[in-house]
Amino acid sequence: MTDYRAIYLEELVRVAPDIDPETVGENDHLQDDLELDSMDVLNLVTALHERLGVDIPERDYPRIATLAQAVVYLAEKSASG
Amino acid sequence: MPSLGADMEAGRLVEWMIAPGDTVHRGDVVAAVETQKGAIEIEVFQDGTVQELLADLGQELPVGAPLAVILGEGEAPSEAVPTPKPAPGAAPKPEQTTLTPEPEAAKQPVGQPVPPPTPPAAPEPTPTVPEAARKPAAQPVPPVAPATPGALRISPAARALAAERGVDLASLKGSGPGGAILYADVEHAAKPATQKTSSPLAEMRKAIAAAMTRSKQTIPHFYLSETIDVDPAIAFLEARNADLPPAERVLLGALFIRATVLAAQQVPAINGHYTDEAGFKPSDMVNPGIAIALRGGGLVAPALRDASGMTLDETMAGMRDLVTRARAGRLRASEMTQGTITISSLGETGAESMTGVIFPPQVAIVGIGAPHLRPWVVEGAVVPRHVVTLTLSADHRVSDGRVAAKFIAAFEELMQKPEAL
Repeated sequence: MTDYRAIYLEELVRVAPDIDPETVGENDHLQDDLELDSMDVLNLVTALHERLGVDIPERDYPRIATLAQAVVYLAEKSASG
Repeated sequence: MPSLGADMEAGRLVEWMIAPGDTVHRGDVVAAVETQKGAIEIEVFQDGTVQELLADLGQELPVGAPLAVILGEGEAPSEAVPTPKPAPGAAPKPEQTTLTPEPEAAKQPVGQPVPPPTPPAAPEPTPTVPEAARKPAAQPVPPVAPATPGALRISPAARALAAERGVDLASLKGSGPGGAILYADVEHAAKPATQKTSSPLAEMRKAIAAAMTRSKQTIPHFYLSETIDVDPAIAFLEARNADLPPAERVLLGALFIRATVLAAQQVPAINGHYTDEAGFKPSDMVNPGIAIALRGGGLVAPALRDASGMTLDETMAGMRDLVTRARAGRLRASEMTQGTITISSLGETGAESMTGVIFPPQVAIVGIGAPHLRPWVVEGAVVPRHVVTLTLSADHRVSDGRVAAKFIAAFEELMQKPEAL
């Protein structure tokens, strides 16, 4: 079974290596709390797309804005194929 | 030591990537230095063979100090090599230093790198045109490999200092790009508790403060602002990006850079360099310096060289490459000095407007606030529109309000036809 949480955190840390994955809260917001900018978010989306093969359109960016939201979203998208 | 930008007057050598006897080509990265604003790569300015390395790892050197001796084809080894002097305030080190400045560079037009100034003069545009920079604009420097989670990133000089001073690297939190441990981090950790020293981040703030104070004291700034409808640009990007994979999507920031570049082409009085010696020299090229916030604090503004010939996709690729390398500490010295106009955008979140301080020797900076939804009059009706506030900070020694207004009008017109950018 795919561990979306681990994958999301791994890719997040690749984009922003100064982030300690141990300290990322379920509801920490990528931009408001973790201080990613629009380029960081695009790089994260690119990484998740390439790793999981899921399409994340721009209108869905808010649905990966926190760890909790992203785990649900990625599971849904992967299941729907 | 080439110029590292207006806010950096010295650098600490932390890595040699060459050794005596190596063959080098113009544009090769031969060394890395730590500055108050992070790690920067040093390119070589000529083809040749490395005769001698003159600087030691860990040595802090002022801009203009020699780093190495490189012999051109058929060139005989020199008898005496000038000994570089350490940066003011730096701890005395054994004899060393020099990478020779480019002799002809001073004749090059603004925007092209020129030789480093004699220290401790104010930093000036850099040495020679690196090979990489001569490639078509669409070919950014190869992307830096992403950091491996958990991997310790540290320069050879910092590692050596840690071993010498008995500092446990695992206990340090790096202040460099991507959490890299810098020489200064080790130095800071090795100091006795009673001896207060500035952290690398504090040093970066000092560098920024010094450069911005100098800018404000010497450049008679004036400012013009305009609120601009960006709904056409947002709609264009939504349609364009909808069917593209993320790697090919374009951000609003890339449109701002394109509009800045094209508007600057139309108004040369805000694109170039001003020095006391030469006055204002407009640049043949538009090299937008892109302000990039570093995670953990601080700001750099590397230049996207000769961006006027780029497509929108190439501009986006170039911006992405600069951001990636800025965060990874892989910017090059030439990129820190070639900017001819700076653009700073607050992105999708943030304040409504920003009034920037000009980065000398440039003569203008474009500040763009975050997009906000506001009531807007279109064909006599009030409608909701996303707007941004653009503020142009310009140098009164070179231009005036009429010229600045012309640039803003050109920028606004370009943003209304994003498909043409």
